[in-house]
Amino acid sequence: MTEKYRNIINKAAPAVSVTAVLLIWLFMSEGGIIPAYMLPSPIEVIRAFIGDFTILMKHSAVTLQEAIYGLLAGTALAFVIAVLMDRFEFLYKALYPILVITQTIPTIAIAPLLVLWMGFSMAPKITLVILTTFFPITISLLDGFRSVDPDSVNLIRSMGGGRLQVFRHVKFPSALEQFFSGLKVSASYAVVGAVISEWLGGFEGLGVYMTRVKKAYAFDKMFAVIILICIVSLGLMALVALLKYIAMPHKRKNKQENN
Amino acid sequence: MGYLNAENITRSFDGVRIIENVSIHLNEGEIVSLLGVSGGGKTTLFNILSGLDTPDNDGKVMLNGKDITGKPGEISYMLQKDLLQPHYTVLDNVALPLIVKNGMKKKDARKKAEGYFASFGLDGAQKKYPHQLSGGMKQRAALLRTYLASEGVALLDEPFSALDTITRSSIHKWYLDIMKEIKLSTLFVTHDIEEAILLSDRIYILSGKPGKISDEIIIDLPKPRPENVTMSEAFLQYKRMIIEKIGQI
Repeated sequence: MTEKYRNIINKAAPAVSVTAVLLIWLFMSEGGIIPAYMLPSPIEVIRAFIGDFTILMKHSAVTLQEAIYGLLAGTALAFVIAVLMDRFEFLYKALYPILVITQTIPTIAIAPLLVLWMGFSMAPKITLVILTTFFPITISLLDGFRSVDPDSVNLIRSMGGGRLQVFRHVKFPSALEQFFSGLKVSASYAVVGAVISEWLGGFEGLGVYMTRVKKAYAFDKMFAVIILICIVSLGLMALVALLKYIAMPHKRKNKQENN
Repeated sequence: MGYLNAENITRSFDGVRIIENVSIHLNEGEIVSLLGVSGGGKTTLFNILSGLDTPDNDGKVMLNGKDITGKPGEISYMLQKDLLQPHYTVLDNVALPLIVKNGMKKKDARKKAEGYFASFGLDGAQKKYPHQLSGGMKQRAALLRTYLASEGVALLDEPFSALDTITRSSIHKWYLDIMKEIKLSTLFVTHDIEEAILLSDRIYILSGKPGKISDEIIIDLPKPRPENVTMSEAFLQYKRMIIEKIGQI
């Protein structure tokens, strides 16, 4: 029984906290505690969201496209870097500091540079997304590769397997868990990265919409787009969770044991 | 069926000699134990026999008459850790050597591996993942994988020492049964005297610093080993003798 109650409480907790935040917000703005020009009420925000729905969808399609292309390219880049760094100790030592330094450069500072170099097309946006997403994936993949059990590696070697087979049967599968944690972090960075790059130049995308409504002091629309960005990020993270579920059947242990 | 000869194996690490002039042989169909205290060089010898390490001197490891010194991939082994890969089903784990070593297609490897599940007492575990199995079942699966990877000879390094006493004694019985069915010459590394007597045809005692083969004992107990053989006078005599020999050093 207690187990069951704990389960229900665990599942209800996030819903309760989100509802509570919304209620407090509603109370503060509708009750006149915070003036509407500073914080629009959630009802206003929903109205703005519905009113601009078609435009918002059009812009989010562009942003999502940039985020996904960037995330895919970032993952591919991370994969190549991680495999090479794992294979060659020299590369690991040489590249690690550079990788860390790239992450200390503020995104907001390189975005205008990218626009200068690449123009107002999609290219600088995707590049920025790549720069923000490849790092967490690279590091988590590297950690995964390096934490592999040497006895498992020897086992494949004892079967006459070479590097490729060690990678295929042991290293890569055992790094998947960490890979997906990295990918999850990167998925949330991807949308934000795309939006930031759109602030600094472009004709479409949620970031462009954001700068426009900001200039018009349309706080309700501003909040609507912020919430939409959250939703898009969450959607992308859910997609990663789904991929993980598909790629790692052995992690679905509870389901299988019930069968 | 296969046989193994190791001649004159010496190995040092950082100037410290761990094993010296170790020579052992394993005849076709034999189960031979290598008995020694922890830290006595068993693992060092094991790594050399399996080809993961090489001897310092001109010592040789010969499998079925072929020189396999320093060549991993020739001899199959099993450790205390089952090393079942958590991301593969039990069937895929067991089929792994057929894919890696024999280059079989996944489908064929699975089919061949599945044929052994019943006799290894693993039926029903095919589609499960390793974490869903008990410790004893995991070691059975690991032994089947080792068997499928072998060319008649296998090295077993304390394969059952992580199991609890009750599971261990039932797996010993299972092990002796399965060894009647499959033809596998086995070198069994252990520090457990009773286990060594119970399972082996012959025992080498590795002792001293550096480790040397100080004794070779033929276990002349009936095969298959009767129930309660561990309580018999002959068994206890072997045990007493081995304790005395180890104690002398």
